Amino acid sequence: MKITTNDYSIKYDTETATISWQGFMRLNGKEYDPILQLLNQVIDLEPPIITLNLQGLEALNSSGISMLGRFVFSLAKKKKIQLIVQGDKKIIWQRKWVINFQRLMPSLLLEWK
Amino acid sequence: MVQIFGECNNDPLKSQEYLRLRFSPSSAPLQLRWRNNGLSADFLADYLITFFPSEENDPQSCEKEAELKGAVSYIANELLENAMKFNGSTSNVPIKLELMLYSDHLILCVSNHLPSENIAGFQSFIHELLNTEPQDLYVRQIERADQDDNMTTSGLGLLTMIDDYNAKLGWKFESILQEKADNIIQKGFISRFLNKIASLVSSQSQRAKLTVVTTMVQLSI
Repeated sequence: MKITTNDYSIKYDTETATISWQGFMRLNGKEYDPILQLLNQVIDLEPPIITLNLQGLEALNSSGISMLGRFVFSLAKKKKIQLIVQGDKKIIWQRKWVINFQRLMPSLLLEWK
Repeated sequence: MVQIFGECNNDPLKSQEYLRLRFSPSSAPLQLRWRNNGLSADFLADYLITFFPSEENDPQSCEKEAELKGAVSYIANELLENAMKFNGSTSNVPIKLELMLYSDHLILCVSNHLPSENIAGFQSFIHELLNTEPQDLYVRQIERADQDDNMTTSGLGLLTMIDDYNAKLGWKFESILQEKADNIIQKGFISRFLNKIASLVSSQSQRAKLTVVTTMVQLSI
């Protein structure tokens, strides 16, 4: 499963159950729907652990942050899947947001680059 | 009529360094122009960095430059996205984005026409934003977005400016009178001439009352 454009890419690696993000994402609200669909497909596979690698995602607008928040929140409600988020402190939006995601899902594990 | 919310300097001191951009609101569908928001925000951030030259060998100044650039690019993009999204489609009021640089802070300002049906909702969100702990509002907004697929905005952009970037926010709602769109669209010399005469004798009824909202974001530097 992957979505690639000139500005960004999202890839799901089945073996490691890792969703890797790259580039700049500043889409208009509904344009995030295909990405949310991909995320929901990953949830439906029910791997015991999902890793979200955001270290290559340099820019994300607030609509994108909201989309990621909803993904984390839906995992938190399911309570079946462990989530690991890999972030990079050099990328300003990640510094605070990865911690905010932990507020939505207290069991979330954080790994800084 | 003017209404002020938050930290809004109604008459900001003239800044020595400023950059103003104006966007025509209806030149192309929003979807086509969307990527221009990010491009314009990055341009503003790049432009600003000229005034903060960093020493290549000094990691601290390089980091400060990167932080400032990231903050301005994020905030300007969020302001423009909101302005483009909520700008009334029937008016020809330009969307304005402005960067003003002072000795110890900078101001980013965006203004757009806000349709009357959206004013009350926006003002009540501003009230919530100014009177709720950011952490509580984060969670509340994500839960709301999760429950409502049609929610067009999460308000997280403004919230992030306050909490992540320590910005001070203010808003000005201002009523203006504008000629109705069908009067403006007429082109050509004769119609312009006729329009001019018409405007000389025009009464207030030919003008529409619009609300222009200005969002002002102040960042320490």
